Amino acid sequence: MTRAVALAGLMATLVGARIAAAQDTVRVKGVYDAAIRPGIVVLPSPAELDSVRAIIARDLDYSDRFEVISLPSAGEIAIAGTGTAINYPLYRSLRASLAVEVSGTRADVTIRLHDLLTETVRQETTLPLDVSGQGEARMEVHRLSDQIVQWATGRPGVAATRLLFLNNGDKRIYRVDSDGYGIAPISPANVLAVSPAWSPDGSRIAYTQLGGEGPGTIILQSLGTGTRLVVPSTTTGQNITPSFSPDGRRLVFSKMTEQAANLYTVNVADLCCVERLTTGRFAENLSPVYSPDGRRVVFVSNRSGSPQIYGMAADGTDQELLVPFDYGSSGNSFAPDWTPDGTMIVFHREYGGNPQIVTFDLATRTLRQRTSSGRNEDPSFAPDGRHVVFVSNRTGRGQLHVLDLETGRVRQVATSGVARLPAWSRPLGRGR
Amino acid sequence: MRIRSFALALVVVVTACGKKQPEAVPMPTPGPSSTPAPPPPPPTSPNSRPATDPNAEARADLLRTLQEPIYFEYDQDAIRPDAQSTLERKAAILLANPGLRIRIAGNADERGSDEYNLVLGTKRATAAKRFFESKGIDGSRIDIISYGEERPVDPASNEGAWAKNRRDEFEITAGGDRLVKPQ
Repeated sequence: MTRAVALAGLMATLVGARIAAAQDTVRVKGVYDAAIRPGIVVLPSPAELDSVRAIIARDLDYSDRFEVISLPSAGEIAIAGTGTAINYPLYRSLRASLAVEVSGTRADVTIRLHDLLTETVRQETTLPLDVSGQGEARMEVHRLSDQIVQWATGRPGVAATRLLFLNNGDKRIYRVDSDGYGIAPISPANVLAVSPAWSPDGSRIAYTQLGGEGPGTIILQSLGTGTRLVVPSTTTGQNITPSFSPDGRRLVFSKMTEQAANLYTVNVADLCCVERLTTGRFAENLSPVYSPDGRRVVFVSNRSGSPQIYGMAADGTDQELLVPFDYGSSGNSFAPDWTPDGTMIVFHREYGGNPQIVTFDLATRTLRQRTSSGRNEDPSFAPDGRHVVFVSNRTGRGQLHVLDLETGRVRQVATSGVARLPAWSRPLGRGR
Repeated sequence: MRIRSFALALVVVVTACGKKQPEAVPMPTPGPSSTPAPPPPPPTSPNSRPATDPNAEARADLLRTLQEPIYFEYDQDAIRPDAQSTLERKAAILLANPGLRIRIAGNADERGSDEYNLVLGTKRATAAKRFFESKGIDGSRIDIISYGEERPVDPASNEGAWAKNRRDEFEITAGGDRLVKPQ
């Protein structure tokens, strides 16, 4: 996606600038269209801020909302300079309509978004990069990137987010920044953990611990202090696939017994008040996820023979088959998740024995298969509603991949071992 | 109500084991080294080793029988005919030793949904427990746990490894120190 452009050839083509200007009038009208990706350049910065500039350029690329035009690293600094006027015609000639300027010092970084067509600064902000906490400086830069995305498109960026995943080697839950940096274990060593889930504010996670206080206990772990708490009612039976309500006050999960697996909620704000949502005997219900408004729950059930995607009201009433399937021919379906705007769900369904990522539009009831190469499973939506992280073995072994539903672009989030069961956070505020 | 009574039984068992032999309920540490029940070695003939306490040897035989895993077909929790005879021998020991308590751990191969494999493990462990109950063994003596696909015996990705990983393992949680041979 990043387009390297030979500077020499471009210097001469001032005609290109006029073409770019004409094209970009579409965007200037102010209606954001995901299919149009304006060209953007990240201008040369003071050497001290080179890493900041590099992170921002990559974040803008990963947002899939721009055509990030990279500048040849040598030579152009003399042309563009710093602290001097921006050479708008030059960058327009690179077919960019926006430019990001990173200036100042690490103690006081200034970010400006230039509109190359009107030759004005559209927005700017200045902030110190907090370098005290581990990984926090990077997250501050990611928040700047998201600010730029917001200025340019009116849509949220997802650079300042993290992924949770299960590392298959040591069976611990890890976190990683959305750009693949800062991998760190979260759950303790020598504890078998599965199915991580974020609290909406990003301050804690829930997961199932196999063995220990019970056969399958749900643990709440604070990311700040590391404090671990056993969720009430989960030391009996085997309790799996937790997820938080949008207000963070409740967990919904599946309790497996010898008879069945049924869905329950528990109040984790007051550590009380367990409620049972499904009552099936001889059926398994699992992987429940609240809708973003908290009023519905989507989940997996095998009540009609094969595991498929069901929905119900948050109080357990109004249970229905949500995604249609043809008995005997549609593959099993698992691991549902909602878009943040609640209009679509994503899950994986088996086609010829291989799981593939599928979306289901709730208004139009349209099913779309989104992957076809290798095994692709356990999707989780980014807070922008267009990126999905999932596990794919397309490169040989199970690794996290991010798919942009708008462009179809896929990138890998490299981890050293086999990664499974990813969960994408909401945008993380300071200190998260 | 069924859930409640199961829960109560579980608490009693865990407490009992915790006092008598804490090593019987280890924290499940991942990795092949901590897999509780490796495939039993082939039976040795009495002549192949120096004379030992015959009681100890008989007990070791019983323990081997109790701990022998059983295996399942892909995505199935039905007891296979070969597993049935294995379970029959275990059931006889359980009937002869009323103080014996066990834990059955259900496991799945790596294929299929990761989270659904936890369900499959539960169904496999339950299937063996139901078999014992059908032989008159009190279900309160038997705990179950599912490890889904999280504790493979063989981490390879091939048919041979998958067949070994689709299994129930049997762990003695109490009453294993003195065993009576079934008549």
